[in-house]
Amino acid sequence: MLANTPEGGFTGYIQHHMKFWNLPHVGEGGFWSWSVHMDSILISLVLGVLFSAWFWMKARKATPGVPGKGQAFVELVLEFVDGQVKDVFHGDRRILGPLALTIFVWVFLMNFMDLLPVDLLPWIAEHSGASHFRAVPTADLNVTFAMSITVLVLVIFYSFKAKGTGGYMKELFTAPFGPWLAPFNILLNIVELLSKPVSLSMRLFGNMYAGEMVFMLIAGLFSAGSWLLYGFGIIGYTAWGIFHILIISIQAFIFMVLTVVYISMAHDHH
Amino acid sequence: MEFNATLIGEMIAFAILIWFSVQFIWPHINNAIEERQKKIADGLAAAEKARAELKDADARVADEIKKARVQASEIIDKAQQQANQILDKARADAVSEINRQKAMAQEEIASMAERARVELREQVGSLAVKGAEKIVQREIDAGTHKALLDQLAAEI
Repeated sequence: MLANTPEGGFTGYIQHHMKFWNLPHVGEGGFWSWSVHMDSILISLVLGVLFSAWFWMKARKATPGVPGKGQAFVELVLEFVDGQVKDVFHGDRRILGPLALTIFVWVFLMNFMDLLPVDLLPWIAEHSGASHFRAVPTADLNVTFAMSITVLVLVIFYSFKAKGTGGYMKELFTAPFGPWLAPFNILLNIVELLSKPVSLSMRLFGNMYAGEMVFMLIAGLFSAGSWLLYGFGIIGYTAWGIFHILIISIQAFIFMVLTVVYISMAHDHH
Repeated sequence: MEFNATLIGEMIAFAILIWFSVQFIWPHINNAIEERQKKIADGLAAAEKARAELKDADARVADEIKKARVQASEIIDKAQQQANQILDKARADAVSEINRQKAMAQEEIASMAERARVELREQVGSLAVKGAEKIVQREIDAGTHKALLDQLAAEI
């Protein structure tokens, strides 16, 4: 792989891998641009459609009789998610259930891209004309923030819905210190509200970014030029891969549970 | 940190996925699961009911068997009693018949003995007369000595 990187060298390899397939290409820097990370969009959409199509296929043929193995698996996932939601949220689960399911499966699938050989998707993409390629959408802050901001919108929506506009406004200004400290209250509540999506997305992004980075560092051993290091590379890649199965599952699970917790907190009255 | 239009695109994609899940995935699978849960619960309830019914039927059968056994023993008792009665009656009949026959035989024996005695007496009378005739070597007038002869016959 090293030979294919234009910069050359191990540092170049990693730097190359850290760049998105950005279209239309704009200069580095700046907080916002109107370009798009084609790799994140492509992979996340493919996985999203995969999830939807798979579950939809099973849902369409779902029978209350003896389920097939495919249906049983889908039901297993759904009941697991439903159980988690039920533990936290005591209300109508017809929206929150599917929301949690979508988050869990989609985030898991996107995290799972980390377990593919770290050069596989970039190699395919770059031979198909992409300038750069990052295979793990959840290692892109845009993706994790997109989800957590959507969750924030839902939290605010459900706060209004559960408490009414007046009730929610009153809570924002009077909790937790009472009406005399309204400015502090609103400041505190806004910080609390904004901390939710930031912590959600940063946690997921950090874990996946770090995981990807470790895979790249270990992959660097393969081309270090020594058979001993090559052996270490194989052992390290395997060990980190197995450990990473745990991490990607836990991160998907945490994102789901915290989303449910936040939305269920939006229903609670202070 | 560089954000770009990817964020908006992913938000739209995420929203569509959630909508799709809410609309087309969750309700169908959930309904299937709940319907199956109901089916299983119904099945278990039916099995429980059937078990209770079976227990009930078993008890009824045992009851019937007990009743039949009691009835049978009653019938046997009655039959035995009847047999005993018949036997007793037969025995009594036989005894009375035997007694009757015995009485009849005794009567006959008595009458025959009487008749033999009478005959014997008569023969003894004539024997005695013949003997006396032989002894006295002369004819005794049966007419004149009749009283004497009769007395003799009675004495024998």
